[in-house]
Amino acid sequence: MGLREYIIRRIILMVPTVLGVVLLIFIVLQFIPPESRATLYVRDPSKLRNIQEIIDAFGLNRPVYEQFAIWLREILQGNFGYAVYTGHEPVLDGLLARLPATMEIVIYSAPLIVLFGISLGTTAAVHRDKPLDHVSRVMSILGTSLPSFFFGILLIALFVAQLKWTTPGRASNMGVVLIRAKQGLYTRYTGLLTIDSLLNGDWMLFIDAAKHLVLPALVLVFIQSAQIVRVSRSSMLESLSKTYIVAARAKGLSRKEVIYGHARRNALIPVVTISGLLVGTMMTGLTITETVFQFGGIGNWAANAAIALDVPVVAAYAMFSALVFVVANLIVDILYAYIDPRIRLG
Amino acid sequence: MSEKGKLSDFRRNVQPTIKEAKFTLKKIRESPLSLIGMGLVLFFVVIAVLAPVLAPPKEIDPFMIPYPKETSMYEPVAPNAQHPFGTTSFQDDLYYGCIWGTLFAFRLGLIVIVLNLSIGIVLGLIAGYYGGIIDELLMRFTDIILAFPSLILVMALIISLSSRGISRIDAATIGIVLVGWPGYTRLIRGEVLRVKSEDYIEAAKASGASDIRVISRHVLPNAIYPVVIVGSLDFGTIVLFAAALGFLGLGAPQRYADWGQLINTGSNWVSYGLRYWWTYVFPGVFITLFVLGWNLLGDAFRDILDPLYRRK
Repeated sequence: MGLREYIIRRIILMVPTVLGVVLLIFIVLQFIPPESRATLYVRDPSKLRNIQEIIDAFGLNRPVYEQFAIWLREILQGNFGYAVYTGHEPVLDGLLARLPATMEIVIYSAPLIVLFGISLGTTAAVHRDKPLDHVSRVMSILGTSLPSFFFGILLIALFVAQLKWTTPGRASNMGVVLIRAKQGLYTRYTGLLTIDSLLNGDWMLFIDAAKHLVLPALVLVFIQSAQIVRVSRSSMLESLSKTYIVAARAKGLSRKEVIYGHARRNALIPVVTISGLLVGTMMTGLTITETVFQFGGIGNWAANAAIALDVPVVAAYAMFSALVFVVANLIVDILYAYIDPRIRLG
Repeated sequence: MSEKGKLSDFRRNVQPTIKEAKFTLKKIRESPLSLIGMGLVLFFVVIAVLAPVLAPPKEIDPFMIPYPKETSMYEPVAPNAQHPFGTTSFQDDLYYGCIWGTLFAFRLGLIVIVLNLSIGIVLGLIAGYYGGIIDELLMRFTDIILAFPSLILVMALIISLSSRGISRIDAATIGIVLVGWPGYTRLIRGEVLRVKSEDYIEAAKASGASDIRVISRHVLPNAIYPVVIVGSLDFGTIVLFAAALGFLGLGAPQRYADWGQLINTGSNWVSYGLRYWWTYVFPGVFITLFVLGWNLLGDAFRDILDPLYRRK
C-alpha cells in the first residue's frame, strides 16, 4: 500500500469515529429535559420565547433515532444553537469569535513545548546521572504533579497582582482595541493580537499582547512538556545503547555527529507517537489555563458555560475538541507512516 | 493428593513469588525517590485516618467545613492559633478543609478506581475472551470515548447529569468513572488475548471446563495484575482530575472539604496579590504533595516492575 492510499483509507476510517463522537454527545444530552436543551436548536433568540414551539418543530418528543437525525441535519447546516447565558450569541459565531484567543496561546506554546521537551529530554539522556539529568527528572515529575491551576494562581498572585507586570486577559485594555477596530483605526486580519498589531503597525499593542502571553504559555510549557521530556529521555537512552551507535563511532564519526545525527533521529519516533495524545492533554490544559488567566478563549468560554448550564456551548466545545483530537491523531498516524514504512505496509 | 503434598506444592509455587517480592522491596529501599513517594502517601493515609481526631467534625456531614454562624465577615483571617491555616471566604476553616479534604480525596479515588477497574475488567474479559462482534463493538465504543479530551467529556456529562437532580459532586464522580474505564478495558483485553493462546487454557477447555470456570480460574488470575497495578497507581491522576473539576466550579459545592473547591474559593482572593496567600497556598500544597507522592511511587514501580529494567 502506498502512502497515498494509506492516507485516503485513514481519512475514510475517520468518518465513523466523528459520527460516533456526535452520537455520544447526543446520548449524553438525552438526559437533559427537552425544555432545557431546546437552545441547542435555534440560532435566533427571539424564537426562544416559545420553547414548546421548538420542541414541536425539532421533534424533541419524538423517538430517539428521529431526534438524532434531526440534530445531525442541524449540525451539518452549522446550527449549534444559541448561547443564552454566556455570550448571548449563536454558538458557532461565539466559537469562531473566541478561537483566535485560543489559537494565540497555541501557536506560541505548542512549538515551545515540543522543542523544550525534546531538547531537555535528549540532552538529559546524553548526560545521564549528571546534574542536568536530575534537573530534567525533577522537572518532569513536578510537571506531572503540580496542578496547572495552582501553578497559574501562584503566577497571577505574584506577577500580576503583586508586582503588576501584566493584567489578566489578552491585553491591558481590550476595550480600546475593540473601539479602535470599530472606528476603522485597527483592522482585524486574523484575530490574533500579536499578528494583527504588527500588520497595523501598532508596536505598543504588540508588546502588550506578547507580555500577556508569557504567563499562560509558561504554565502550558511547564506542565505539558513533562511527558515529552520523559519519553524523549528514555527513548534517547535506548537509542544510545544500540549497536549502530557503536558502529557509527567505530567508523570515525564524531561524538556530536553520532548523538545528533544517528541517536536523536531514531529517538524521535516515540515522541511523534505520543504527540497525538498530547493534543488531548493540551485541550484540557487550555481549558484550565484560559480560565485561570481569564483569557477569553473557547476553553474559558466552555468552562463558564458549564457552570451556567449553557448546554449548547459545552456540547459544541466537546465535539470541536474531539474533532481536533481526531484530526491531530490522523496527522500523527500519517507522519508516523511516512517516517516508518512498516506501518503502512503492515 | 495428600494434604502434605499440597502444602509442599504450594510452597514450591509460592517461593519464586516471595523471592521476587523481596527483590522488589530491596529495589524500593534503594531508590530515594520512591521512598519519598511512599513517605508522602503514608503521611496522607495517616492524616485521612486521623481526620476525626485532628479536626473534630461539628456538622452532621463531616465533609462540610464548620464556620461561625454568628459572623458574616467575608474577609479571610490569617493563620492563627485557632485556625492554623487561616480561614477562607466566610470564615471557613482551611485547616479543617485540608484535613478532611485528604479523606475525601482517598474516598473519591477509591470509589473511582474500584468502579473503573470493575467495569474495565468485566468488559475487557468479555471482549478479549469472546472476540468477534462483541469485541469489535466494545473497542469502537472505547475509541469514541478516547476521542474526547477526558476533562471536556466530563464537563458535558456533569451538566447533563446535574439537570436530572444529581448533585454536582456525584455527577462529577460518575463522570470521572464513565470516561475512565476504556483504558483499563483495553489493557485487560490485551492481557486476555495473550493468556488465551496459552496451552493451559486449551487444556482447561479440553477437560470440559465451562466458560465461566475458564475465565474465573485461569484467564482472570493471569491477566489481572498489570491492570490492578496501573489502576492503583493512577490514584494521584484521578485526584488531580477531580481537583481540576473542583477548581472549574464543577465539583464539590462551597464549604465542602474538597481541595479543588477550596482553591476555587481561594482564587477569588488572588487579585490582592500575596495578601491572602493562605487561601490558595494551603489547599494547593496539599494537592501537589498528594499527587507528587503517588507519581513518585508510580514512577518507581514502573521501573521496578518492568522486566526490561528490573535487573539493570
